Amino acid sequence: MTAATQPNEYVADEPTILPGKAPLDQDWADVAKWGAIGASTMIFVVLSGMLTGLDSRLVIERVFSLGYLAVVWVPLTLGFLVAREEVLEGMASHAKGANEVVSGGIVGALSGAGLSLLILLMDSFDLRDPLVNWSDKTLGLLQFSEDSFFGIVMWAVIGLLLGAIGAGLHLLTPDMRRLVKIMVVTVLFVSVFETFLTDLFKGFGLVFITDFLYAARGGLTIISTIVLAIVAGLVAFFGKGRVKQAQTRINAGAVEGGGRTKANIAMFVIGGLLLVILPIFTGKITNELLANVGIFLLLALGLNIVVGLAGILDLGYVAFFAAGSYTTAILTSPNSPGWSPELPWWVALIVTIGVAALAGLLIGAPVIRMRGDYLAIVTLGFGEIIRLLFLSDWLSPWFGGAQGITNIPPADFGFFEVKGTDPRSVFYLVLALSAIAIYVSWRLERSRMGRAWMAIREDESVAEAMGINTVNVKLMAFVVGAVLASFAGAVFSAKVGSVFPSSFLILVSIIILVVVIVGGMGNIPGVIVGAVVLIGVLGGPKQPGLLQEFSEYKLLIYGALLIFMMLTKPEGLVPNARRTRELHQDEFLQDAWLRKQVDEDEEASEAELGDGPTAGAPA
Amino acid sequence: MSRLLEIEDLSVTFGGLHALNNLNFHVDEGEIVSVIGPNGAGKTTFFNLISGMVNPSAGDIRFKGDSIVGFDPNQVTALGIARTFQNVRLFANMTILENVMVSQHCRTKQGLFGALFQTPGFKKEEVEIREHAEKVLGFFGSRLVGYRLEQPASVLSYANRRRLEIARAMATKPELILLDEPVAGMNPKESAELTGLIGRLRSEWGFTVVMIEHDMNVVRDVSDRVVCLDHGEPIAAGSFEEVSTNPEVVEAYLGRPIEKSRETDGAAT
Amino acid sequence: MWEILTAATRSKTGKGKTNVDRFLTLLRVLLIGLLVIGFLAFIAQQINPQNAFAQRVNPDATGLTAAQFKGLLVTGLSQGAMYGLIALGYSMVYGVLGFINFAHGEVFMLGAFSGFITSSKLFEAGAWEANFILSLLLVVLISIIVSTGAAVIMERVAYRPLRGSPRLIPLITSIGVSFFIQNAVILLFGPGAKGYPRLPEWLTEKRSILTFEIEGTKILVLIVAAVSMASLWWFVERTKTGKAMRAVAEDKEIASLMGINVNRTIVTTFAVGGAMAGVAGILWGILFRSVIATSGFLPGIKAFTAAVIGGIGNLGGAMAGGISLGTAESLLPLMILEPLGVNGVSQLRDAIAFLLLILVLLIKPTGLFGEKLSGDDRA
Repeated sequence: MTAATQPNEYVADEPTILPGKAPLDQDWADVAKWGAIGASTMIFVVLSGMLTGLDSRLVIERVFSLGYLAVVWVPLTLGFLVAREEVLEGMASHAKGANEVVSGGIVGALSGAGLSLLILLMDSFDLRDPLVNWSDKTLGLLQFSEDSFFGIVMWAVIGLLLGAIGAGLHLLTPDMRRLVKIMVVTVLFVSVFETFLTDLFKGFGLVFITDFLYAARGGLTIISTIVLAIVAGLVAFFGKGRVKQAQTRINAGAVEGGGRTKANIAMFVIGGLLLVILPIFTGKITNELLANVGIFLLLALGLNIVVGLAGILDLGYVAFFAAGSYTTAILTSPNSPGWSPELPWWVALIVTIGVAALAGLLIGAPVIRMRGDYLAIVTLGFGEIIRLLFLSDWLSPWFGGAQGITNIPPADFGFFEVKGTDPRSVFYLVLALSAIAIYVSWRLERSRMGRAWMAIREDESVAEAMGINTVNVKLMAFVVGAVLASFAGAVFSAKVGSVFPSSFLILVSIIILVVVIVGGMGNIPGVIVGAVVLIGVLGGPKQPGLLQEFSEYKLLIYGALLIFMMLTKPEGLVPNARRTRELHQDEFLQDAWLRKQVDEDEEASEAELGDGPTAGAPA
Repeated sequence: MSRLLEIEDLSVTFGGLHALNNLNFHVDEGEIVSVIGPNGAGKTTFFNLISGMVNPSAGDIRFKGDSIVGFDPNQVTALGIARTFQNVRLFANMTILENVMVSQHCRTKQGLFGALFQTPGFKKEEVEIREHAEKVLGFFGSRLVGYRLEQPASVLSYANRRRLEIARAMATKPELILLDEPVAGMNPKESAELTGLIGRLRSEWGFTVVMIEHDMNVVRDVSDRVVCLDHGEPIAAGSFEEVSTNPEVVEAYLGRPIEKSRETDGAAT
Repeated sequence: MWEILTAATRSKTGKGKTNVDRFLTLLRVLLIGLLVIGFLAFIAQQINPQNAFAQRVNPDATGLTAAQFKGLLVTGLSQGAMYGLIALGYSMVYGVLGFINFAHGEVFMLGAFSGFITSSKLFEAGAWEANFILSLLLVVLISIIVSTGAAVIMERVAYRPLRGSPRLIPLITSIGVSFFIQNAVILLFGPGAKGYPRLPEWLTEKRSILTFEIEGTKILVLIVAAVSMASLWWFVERTKTGKAMRAVAEDKEIASLMGINVNRTIVTTFAVGGAMAGVAGILWGILFRSVIATSGFLPGIKAFTAAVIGGIGNLGGAMAGGISLGTAESLLPLMILEPLGVNGVSQLRDAIAFLLLILVLLIKPTGLFGEKLSGDDRA
């Protein structure tokens, strides 16, 4: 063991590397298991219609479509996964070699064989009745428009190759692997973001770039793919040192304290300026997209306070969104069935905030004392009840029932009018409101109230014993969340021009929850990233994202993402240091122990450390 | 000296089991009282009753003359009774500083408005909270301050967690502080040091202390009075010498080495 | 505004009652008051629709005939029995693992869906009409297999890795699972409603039992539910595996020290819950003769409500809760809401279930028949 020189520093031993295993020294049960998983995943993807549905979107002209991409990632990833070896600190690892490539190849081939089997079955049976994608079109794509024998052989071969390549990635040095990753990601990124980039470059008058990159029918051309990969590779190769330097600089700043905050503020200012300037150059599609992202960002920031900070799982969050939308609609629209004061939008917004806060109190009060999981289901119930009430004939004299409230006027600020036909104006409005929401979240997190929320999230009964009025403090989180949601509702009304009960399904709550969780619970940058990535790329419940072709599959992907994130990375893509510790407490304690960060001056430390995890885990 | 805490005929039953039975007890201002007794004697239940986490089936608890039965734990804390937990329960993912700052919640009052608009009142209060937190942490020497302030509580050693828990209770600005086995899991050197600190809690901070403890050295060194519980009933009270020589107390502990029983008090929690 | 609320709680008046408590008391009184007034108005209009009290509360009051009432009661009972069967799964999993398996509604939906596929294939082959009883048995069997399989796979893939993590994490995961299964079914089988084949006439015709005119299908549903419940009771109370399940529900650690394979017992719990949901799926098919991918959501939530009403972890309670929920859902809109002057009550049927859930949790959070949970799940 290398002695630790400072309490914060731990120098790891050089890992011991054993010689690689023989190629056929495999854990066959494991290989078979992964192969079966791969085969069933690929069959599922094909039968769910992704192969056919996404085939029209080309990634690389004439060669490769998104449909095939949806299928072939499976053997590649599984090959990579099966060859991975969990190396514990201080344990010896095996050198990577032929053994890994063989296992990856076999897993890939087994996965591919799943599709071969599917071709065989589709050739011999007709199951079109229950399975909607059991069609000639699917079969044609599976066989690459050749005969079935060709398809059967091809898929096994493709699987074998991709699995082996996936496993082979382990043979590369980390630098090389990074290079390959960057090249592939760049090509995929540029291809997938085709509409966005075209729009953007057109705004800046750089049409020649997109003309070079993209083929007439969509997708990259073969030449541009190669050029892109090379450029990305070169940039990555020469840029590597610099990124690291900047990182160390920022980290060094963090130690001193003030430097990091300054860097963060600078980043925020630059980002904010970009966001103000960019929409002037971009076209309608991009602005529409940005406006949708903004609305969901507002919702996600609100939910983040409730779920991320205070730890209350509110599944009926859509109720507040609905309350905000309907209040604005009633107050501004001349078509409001019950009462129509036709107030200007900003006056309506003030009333809306009040109504939302009241709704937060009224919905929050009955549920706030329930235990966490009951609260989740009951709030879900509230979300549904509110929608049913808006939909009902009983209240239709006020809310218009299924016909909703139409003809909501644009938000008029005198010098600036926000209306749905001009997505840029909507975007500026949500940008301003998001800025407010971010400021609110940021300030509250570092206040007496924010600390109380976190304490409740950690251990509610102790928080109460330490003098925190948990009921009031939790209600406050509900109210703040509700107000932020009502902002989104008010914008939504003005943007769409009409509100219907069908816009406020439980689905919306769940999608916002996915945004918060995928981004990173309790972390503002995480929530922003979550909203941009999910709503921007995949789209909201009814709003299309960049990948319009995905609209049919996005809900499936949201569900899968939720499971995947919870199982592998519950702290989200951009984790909050705090939250990460909470969710991986055991590991952290172990690490802390390993790194001897625990007090060495305290003799009693080691034996009792085991008590740690229970101390902080919410009961 | 005036009565700070008075307990009259307090009983509580958990599904037929009498965890506490007709307990009478009082604490005067400025006293240090120890509660001892074998495992399952109802000591922790006693604390849970005072702090409002469990409601009594009968009897009355009066703090400074007013009954506090039926109050929520946070209201009890706000009135001036703070406690620690036998199985250290810190906010493990909050920093050490935040742990102590958050427990001043009931002594501070800035709400959303102040935080959003950064009013002078808010800023002043934040500074005060922080200063008080650092003062409280400084009571334990250098081990909870400095670079430690920004570390999560989960990295602390067991002994330091116990210290931080006491600091957290102190930060609620109580008059009465309830310590549930403050030296459990500490070595003799640390126990002796903490015993000194408990004495200073009274002399420097003016707290009245009620403490559950199994370590008889600590009990002897610091308590004015000792009460021994067994099966939910007080069997002896008085000075340490009186109680420790009381045959009933000896019998209650018989066959159970004191050193051993400190480690677990399972049934009582 | 907030400070006023907190300030009030700090003063010692009211013995530790906070404003939230007062509001909740008000809410309880209000809800029960509405129920009572509605019911009184209903009784008043039953006696005489022209009665002044009934007229004041709802001038368009019509009242219910005895036949209508009996019909609604039977419909409620049969649907309630179905909810009860689903509720068993929620209750058992909560009892053993302490988390709400939100995706259990989808397990039920998969049962109904596989029932549709098998029955329509059997119908095409002619077996459905030629030998209905045998076909139905086959359909039930396949649906049980599918639902059980789904529940077990779910446990293995999504929940087992999360055992021991904070209790909201598996709940969020189960929401993801529910979302995934729902949309996977939409993609695989299409979004449209699938119709079960026609049932034979001797089954659907009405029979007169104890002055009740009951459709044969509803009798069948009640019988199947009773048989399933009885066999489950036998399984849990009389077999060794059942005993192991109860032990694991009480205390996992101690159970494992007593030589019980906790993992296998948990899988069994999921499997049994899944099987019950599979049976419930077929009952749904028989009652409504149509299934879509989102069919699992509402019955799932309602079944959870039933489990809570009966006291979660309590199997008899789950069944009783299901039956009371089903009955309440079918009777209350006409017995309480309409006399109160709410029109279009049938649209609010689903809201009734949620309102009941909230009401029960406000008044008796441990359910009508008491919870049966291990200590650490009760927190």
